[in-house]
Amino acid sequence: MSRQTVEAAIGAAEKLNDTLNAFLAIDREGALQRVENSSGALAGVPVAVKDNLCVVGMQTSCGSRILGDYHPPYNATVIQRLIDAGAIIIGKTNCDEFAMGSSNENSAFGPVKNPWDVTRVSGGSSGGSAAAVAAGIVPVALGSDTGGSVRQPASLCGVLGLKPTYGRNSRYGLVAFASSLDQVGVFAREVTDMARVLGVIAGRDNHDATTADTPVPNYLESLSGELKGLRVGFPTALFGEGLDDEVGRSVKAVVDVYRELGAEIVDIELPHAGYAIAVYYIIATAEASSNLARFDGVRYGFRAEEAPELRQMYRKTREEGFGPEVKRRIMLGTYVLSAGYYDAYYRKAQQVRTLIKNDFLTAFTQCDAIITPTSPTPAFAIGEKVNDPLAMYLNDIYTVTANLAGVPGLSVPCGLSSLRLPIGFQLLGAYWSEPTLLKLAHSYLEARPFTERPPVNADNTD
Amino acid sequence: MPIKESDIEKVAQLAHLELAPEELKIFGPQIAEIVTYVEQLNGLDTTNVAPAIGGFTPEGETTDSERNDELVSSLGQKTALAEAPDPAEGYFRVPKVL
Repeated sequence: MSRQTVEAAIGAAEKLNDTLNAFLAIDREGALQRVENSSGALAGVPVAVKDNLCVVGMQTSCGSRILGDYHPPYNATVIQRLIDAGAIIIGKTNCDEFAMGSSNENSAFGPVKNPWDVTRVSGGSSGGSAAAVAAGIVPVALGSDTGGSVRQPASLCGVLGLKPTYGRNSRYGLVAFASSLDQVGVFAREVTDMARVLGVIAGRDNHDATTADTPVPNYLESLSGELKGLRVGFPTALFGEGLDDEVGRSVKAVVDVYRELGAEIVDIELPHAGYAIAVYYIIATAEASSNLARFDGVRYGFRAEEAPELRQMYRKTREEGFGPEVKRRIMLGTYVLSAGYYDAYYRKAQQVRTLIKNDFLTAFTQCDAIITPTSPTPAFAIGEKVNDPLAMYLNDIYTVTANLAGVPGLSVPCGLSSLRLPIGFQLLGAYWSEPTLLKLAHSYLEARPFTERPPVNADNTD
Repeated sequence: MPIKESDIEKVAQLAHLELAPEELKIFGPQIAEIVTYVEQLNGLDTTNVAPAIGGFTPEGETTDSERNDELVSSLGQKTALAEAPDPAEGYFRVPKVL
């Protein structure tokens, strides 16, 4: 049974890849070999993994040319836990280079196409994982979320996408972008699948000192039960300028559903949310400029030829190996950290980060979860924002706050636009409140099932 | 602060990036626009606000990450060199430094 499931997943991945470009590597042989003896909580479940998570026997490119044909010598902890639970990793998914982007157009290997409309972006940076789940190739996939890179593509592709609390999942074996913001996240079509996978991968890891020693609850058990007594926070001020009308209406309709289901809706404020993008693009680029210093052509990956001197070799390797967005962010990060500017930019951003964090702490004394849109618009056209980095950054306006504060966020599909493009809403919760978020998502989808399928899907490959 | 092309060149040098002239032309105004955008933070009074260094949860902050001082296995020379672009006799070989 599970062999058939895995074979079907690989078949669909291969068949749809010309259309979607969701996979950078598919491991047919290895996957079919591993399925024979698989056992455990996820025995025989095919899983796709973003190509910035290390898996032994497969490439890790991070969507970049600078890693060349890099094959890591160890498994990321979340990967090892999946494998130990019997899951079958069928391949590595396309992403924005080093997870930097909101549209997947920054991949060195071409953009992922949205299964709902292949002229549109999948979202990013974990676009390949989102598209693979949306198209029904795999039931679950892993991605990474630094400023919305799981939740935003999940929203644009019409699937569930979770960024857990900072420290819930190990980052060991996740190629670092911004270490204080990065978190491994899960894509799924069913809340139960998401709960199962999170339960397997979460928890303390000695290889990652930032994982917290906090018990991992049984996420499946937390799904059932009434919403009576739960308070859902509604930040009115975030439903204003820049938000697409259809998205705004859809998310407000979700609020009504929660009211019907017995939850109490309370007005809340996040007074500093408007500063989040500015804070994010200082902190994330500063950390990136430091993390990406390791790609210098010495120990692994690509090395530029014809550089007779060491410093020249570094520069040529990085110039030829990195794409434009990565260079832009490394330079921005270098600038804000450079002598004389550190206090004005980096320290200031870290102070405002404290204010954003405190906004959430205050809000969560008044409510158990906050509802917002995930993305201000449905999927936009490929090429539409590619020459305007600042406009592209503003896609993350609803998602970056969770990374800055370290709180969990979950994107849930809630319908289609008039152009038949998915719309998603986001639930944000206090630290370690994943059970509450999953329960809220589960209750909503029981009341309003999202049963639409995209035109490009695994059952429709002719 | 307005950003000049010479600032971009200096930053590129600090970041070990050898930018082509066309890239300098494109990146200059883009980075200037982003820097202007992030400077909106200056309008906010942050006197006496502690910076959120680390990004930890309270539980993460109190997690003990020490381990016993015992030998554990590591990659080993062969594996560590397996992906090197130019390994030689157990080392990473690089172009001349001086």
